[in-house]
Order: sequence, then C-alpha cells, then structure tokens
Amino acid sequence: MFSYYLDLALRSLRRNRALTALMVLAIALGIGASMTTLTVLHVLSGDPMPGSSGTLFYPQLDPRDMDSYQEGKEPPRQVTWIDGMNLLHAKRGDRQALMTGGAVPVQPAQSSLDPFYSDARYTSSDFFAMFQTPFKYGRGWSEADDDARARVVVISRTLNDKLFGGKDSTGQTLRMKDTPFRVIGVLDSWRPSPHFYDLNMDDYANTEEVFVPLTTSRDLRFDHNGSTDCWGTGGGDEEHAETQPCVWLQFWVQLGDAGKVAAYKEYLTHYSQEQKQLGRFLRPVNVRLPGLMEWLDINKVVPGDVRLQTWLAFGFLLVCLVNTVGLMLAKFLRRAGELGVRRALGASKREVFAQLLVESGVIGLAGGIGGLLLAMIGLWLVRREPSEYAALAHLDVSMLLTTFLLAIGSTLLAGLLPAWRACQITPALQLKSQ
Amino acid sequence: MQIKPILSALRRHKAGTFLIAMQIALTLAIVCNALFIIQQRLTHLSEPTGIDEPNIFIIQNEWVGKGTAEQVDAKMREDLAVLRALPGVQDVTPSNSYPLRGGGWDDSVKLKPDQLQDTTGSTIYFGDDHFIDTLGLQLIAGRNFRPEEITAMDVRDRLGPPVVIVTKALADKLFPDGDAVGKTIYLVGGPTTIVGVVKLLQAQSVDRWASAFAYRSVIVPRRLAISLGGWYIVRARPGQLDAAMRAAPKALFEHNPRRVINDEDGLLSFREVRSRAYERDRGMAILMGVICVVLLAITAAGIVGLTSFWVGQRRKQIGVRRALGATRQDILHYFMTENFLISCGGVLVGALLAIAINLWLVTRFEMHRLSLFYLLTGVVILLLLGQGAVLAPAMRASRVPPVEATRSV
Repeated sequence: MFSYYLDLALRSLRRNRALTALMVLAIALGIGASMTTLTVLHVLSGDPMPGSSGTLFYPQLDPRDMDSYQEGKEPPRQVTWIDGMNLLHAKRGDRQALMTGGAVPVQPAQSSLDPFYSDARYTSSDFFAMFQTPFKYGRGWSEADDDARARVVVISRTLNDKLFGGKDSTGQTLRMKDTPFRVIGVLDSWRPSPHFYDLNMDDYANTEEVFVPLTTSRDLRFDHNGSTDCWGTGGGDEEHAETQPCVWLQFWVQLGDAGKVAAYKEYLTHYSQEQKQLGRFLRPVNVRLPGLMEWLDINKVVPGDVRLQTWLAFGFLLVCLVNTVGLMLAKFLRRAGELGVRRALGASKREVFAQLLVESGVIGLAGGIGGLLLAMIGLWLVRREPSEYAALAHLDVSMLLTTFLLAIGSTLLAGLLPAWRACQITPALQLKSQ
Repeated sequence: MQIKPILSALRRHKAGTFLIAMQIALTLAIVCNALFIIQQRLTHLSEPTGIDEPNIFIIQNEWVGKGTAEQVDAKMREDLAVLRALPGVQDVTPSNSYPLRGGGWDDSVKLKPDQLQDTTGSTIYFGDDHFIDTLGLQLIAGRNFRPEEITAMDVRDRLGPPVVIVTKALADKLFPDGDAVGKTIYLVGGPTTIVGVVKLLQAQSVDRWASAFAYRSVIVPRRLAISLGGWYIVRARPGQLDAAMRAAPKALFEHNPRRVINDEDGLLSFREVRSRAYERDRGMAILMGVICVVLLAITAAGIVGLTSFWVGQRRKQIGVRRALGATRQDILHYFMTENFLISCGGVLVGALLAIAINLWLVTRFEMHRLSLFYLLTGVVILLLLGQGAVLAPAMRASRVPPVEATRSV
C-alpha cells in the first residue's frame, strides 16, 4: 500500500512542478537556516568535560572591603593569591588546582626560528589529572615540583611539532624569558570548548601551548594575562601580586559526590568566617560553589547573537511551514475530484488521509535533503567567520538525525490540516459536479 | 467596490484566508524586528572614533627577554626615534591601547576622594606629547602635554599623573558648565588636574558593556614601560600608509631584533582594526537582511500560489459575473481588494506580534524598544508585497471569458 501511495504522491508532485518546487524550497530554506543556527548553538553550549563536568566546581569567596557593598551581589569571579593558596593547601577536595593565564616569550634553540610569544597557563600540579588532559609523551609535574618552583614545562602538541618536529621531547630544554626549562610532558590534541577553566580569555579560546607551575611563574615574574580586579589600596602591582588585595587567579576543585559538595560549601563558609575574625575579610560571609555547567551559564558563555539567530531561524521555519500548509491545502483541495473518485471506488477516509500524508512526507524528505545541503553551506560560511568558535561549527551525527526528524516531522505536521480537510470531501457531491 | 460579497466569499475559505493572514502576520513580526536590528547594528558600526583613520596604523611590539622598567623605557624611546625618522611617517605615539581594540584599561573617575560610588567609568589611554597630533584629535580647550610632563610608568606604580587631557564627553559629564580645564578629578591612584579637552575619542571597546562610557576617555602623559611590550600608534603622511607600514617593522627590527611583531595582528592598518571590531555586527546585519528578503519572497510566493488556486476554483463564478456584465476591471479589483482585506487582518495581528517579540527581545537580549517607524515601514512593505503578489493571478482571473459560465467543467 505504501509503495502505491508513494507512486501516487510522486505522480501528483510531478504534475505541478512549480508548486512542488516552491514547497520543497520553502522547507529546505527553513530547515537549512534552523539547522545551521541550531548546530552552532549545540556546539557552543556543549559540555567541555563530558563525564566529569558534574564533579568540577568553582568556589567563590568575597574578600573585598565594604566599599560600595550591596547585599546579595555575586562574589568576585576569581580569588586572591592568599585565599587560593589557602584553599589549595587545605586539600579539602578530591583534587584542586589554582591557576592563571599569561604569555611567555619562547626562544627556540634553532636559529632558523625567531623568538615568539606563546599563551601560557600557570597552574598547580592537579590541573592535568583533574581535567584529564591527554598526554602524548611524558606526564605532568608533581606537588614537589610546585613546592620547589621547578623549572619544568608541559607543552602542547602544536608547540612540540613546531620546536621539536613532533618527536618525544621530554628531557629536552626549552628557553623561555631567558630561563632554561626542562620539558617533562607533551599534551596530545586537547581543546575543551568553551575554554571553561579561564573565561577571561576568549570564551572559546584555544588551549594554551605552555604549562608551567604557578609558583615558578611567580618566581620568574612571568607576565600575567587576564583580568585583575583590585580594591582598597590594590594597584595591580605585578611585583607583589601575592599580597595585593586583588583577585586574579582561578581555583577549581573536584568533588566526587553530593556529600562532599555540601561539606566543601560548609568549609568555605567556615573559612570565610575565620578570615573575617582575622580581619582580612570585611564583608558578611558570601560563598558560592557553582558547578562547571552552572559556571558557564553564570558567565553567559553562549553569545547572545547566536541565541538570537537561533530564535530568528525558528521563526523563519515557522513562516515556511505556514506557507507550506497553505500551498498543500490548495493542492489537495484542487484534487477534490480525483479524491472523490477514489472515495467512491471504496477507499476509506483513513486511506485517503494516509495517501495525502505520504505525499507531504515526500515533500518533507526532499526538503530535509535540501535543508541539509543548505545547512552545510551555512556552516561552511560560519566557519569562515573570524570568531574563535567559528572553527568548531561542524555537523555531528545527532544534528544530522535532528535535521531529518525536524524536516519530516514538521512537514507531516504541516500536512495534517490539509489532508484532514481533503478527507472531509463528500464523494457524491464531487462526482455530481463533474 | 462592494466589500460585503468579498467577505462572505472569504467565509467559505476560512482555512486558506487564515493561513495567508497568519503568514503575513509572522513575516511582519520578524521583518520589523530584523529591520530594527539591522538599523541598530549599522548605526553602531558607523559611530566615529574621532581619529584620522585613513592614515593611521598600529604596531604591537612585544619584547623578548628580561628588562627593568628603565631599560624597557629606553628601548621604547629609541624605537620612537627610529619611527619618527622614517620618511613616510608623520608622527608616532606609544600607548597602552587604541580605539576599537576591544578592551584594555578602563578606570573609574570620581569628583571627590571620599565618594563611595564612581561618577563615571572611563577609558584610560597612555600617550606622550605626540598623542594628539598622531591621532589627529582636535584640542578644543586648554593645552597639550608638555614634553617634561611625560614620564615612564612601571606596572608597579599607581596611576596618579599630575595632569590629564579628557574628552569633551567626559568633561561634560563631570563638569556640565563647560569649565573642566583646571579642575581636579580623582582617578584610582589619586587626584589629577585636567589641562586640556579634546573633541572626540572613542573607547577601546564598542561592546555593550562599555557603552555607558563610550566616548569618555582620559589621556595620561605616561609611557607604559612593561617588559611585555606595548603599542605604537603611527600616523603616516597622507597617501603613504602602505609604504610606511612596510618600512616601520623593518626599521624596528634593524634597530633591535630582540622583539616580536606578531604576523597575525602585530601590524594593523586602522581600516583593519575597524573591520575587525565590527565584524560581528556587520555579519548580523547581513544575515538579518538576507532573512528578510527570503522571508518576503516566500510569503509572496505563498500568496501567488494560494490566490492562483482560488482563481482556478472560481473560474465558473468569474465567468458568470462577467456574463452578467462585470468588467475585467471589476474582477481585477475583486481579487486585489480581497487580498487587501486579508493583508489588513494579517498586519494588524502582525503588528501586535512584532511588539510582543520586541518586548521579549528587550528582556532577553538587551535590545532597544522598537520604534514605530519600523513597524509602519514593515506594514507598508507587506501591504505592497501582497498587492504585488496578487496582481498576476488577478490579471489571469480578469481574462476569464464570460463564456466560461456556460461550460459545465
């Protein structure tokens, strides 16, 4: 029966090519636009740490003075050196890391390469284990290296390719800012997106190329990049950043289960109270412990323009569908005579209904294929844009399936009203008027 | 033209009428808001920077190796001398930033030292006594910096210059009476005296978060000597921009090779700076424009399709009307009026929908309120579109011969 309906549908569609083309085109445009924007949204609002994002938390404390204090406001989005070090050494989480971003001048040993600046991450040792960074060669450094301010470095795969021709470079020496460092690890390709652990960089920034212990970076006065927020007598003095009343570091903690989360939050409150008693904190206790995904939400990581475009595209799809409903209605009702004959020859209402739905399904399928092509062109255009996230815009399997489901589902939905109206035709009346 | 028979005919085509009206309503709602967004983006990206854009380029210089603030400042002053000696270069200033860069040093300004709330935010530009001439700014009150006022500043120092030059926008905000020159204001590092006012100088960021202090800039007489490096803003002699852009990095490297000028964005003409700063806005405006055009085309095609169907369905009635004495004009007018009535219903609903969508966008995307002008423009566009789309099927209807009335099929 299905193949017979399919045959009927194809015949009918072929009979009125302009109208068919118009319907398919409308669906394809609507689907293409929606899928392009939806894919970008899907990529941008993705989970950067699938599997472990639920265990990563970002503690927030409020160490500021009472200047322009307002109750209930969010605490600073970074921590001071003193608080960061206190939380780090307290080791109340399963793992924890204190970090910040920067840039270091890399001086290659080869004379053929000019010195260049690389983005760097200064962090404590748990970073690699906590964020499950893949290693191509070697490993990260240890807590002892942190304490010893060791001159060790982990580099990215791209930097290893550039400087060491992709070979195992562990044990080799890398000069940065006139200081020799020993390479102890090379990361494999790793680009969590968004760049969740430090959103002061571009939200979808590439992973850093150089990783050195935070203590070492302070020892050598490596330049800090990112945001520094100061209050009171703080002036962002890089020389004495450890004691300045400024927040400029990110602190992440891994907590395995809900009990640990509650305990950690209690610990933060307790810590704040203690600091208040010591006279370091002046504001009422205000601690927060957002999880990774919540943290991305708070920071409004997904650009507003992208969300706006998605809404716009779905509005567009809606107009396209209304348009298709109108055209299908006209088409089906025009065939009242033919349908009347089928009814008179014994086809039930349900069979006529099924036949018409198959016809709209065919339009949906054709529209879906067209929409997929348009979405691919759309994504190609998006990838040519200059923004940091542009390169990430690729169609994956789930989005591919969504495209077809959306196309066929919405067209079937659009076919319901016209098909139902066409079924209501009384066969006798149609035959008589002929 | 009698409207009553048209209405009673439409009552027999409820579904079709409703669909066309709804399509028009949705299209109007989307097109109005899209046009409004386009207009906002275009206004945004045509805001002036206040500087001599065609002749300016920017060099981002990063030092390699360690150095004290004194050493860095000495290297920087040598660079400035090298650049100023180039034939194609009119003037150079070192700075911490430049307009449209995207971010940088912003600071609060207060009128009294013990004020709790800041009076306003502001953009901090570092520059020497060549800053105003290099950027081509217009000094409208007071004086320029004197060479002896320019000193080097280390990151360790607090920002507390004895004198500053401010923009007119900032001066007006702080001293509405227009007597800013000679007054004292408080930056984060302490008090300072305004010695000059320039007409216009845009902020480093044109994003929405910085829009509260968009043109409120402070120029401080300092060279920022940090080992990371900084920017040189260069003004080429008229017509020699390309030559100067080629010569400048070469001369710098010849003088001192221990530096990095990034291939990607180390050397930018201001035209590139502008296009980078507004890339997203331009992209959004183009996208909105394309969506508008395609939507209107689809709606027009839908109207043509459905009206054609109605004409085909009513051939017999048209024939009867023609046989009874209706002229071709009458038939044409019938379909035009019919479409007009449906469109009117559509735009009425659409206008309400457009306002509703706009109100929602205002809450979710920090948009402005839709101005009535865009709503009316949208309404006119859609009414004209409807009439245009219906013209072809209506003409075909008017050509139906009266003899059609006598045919049985």
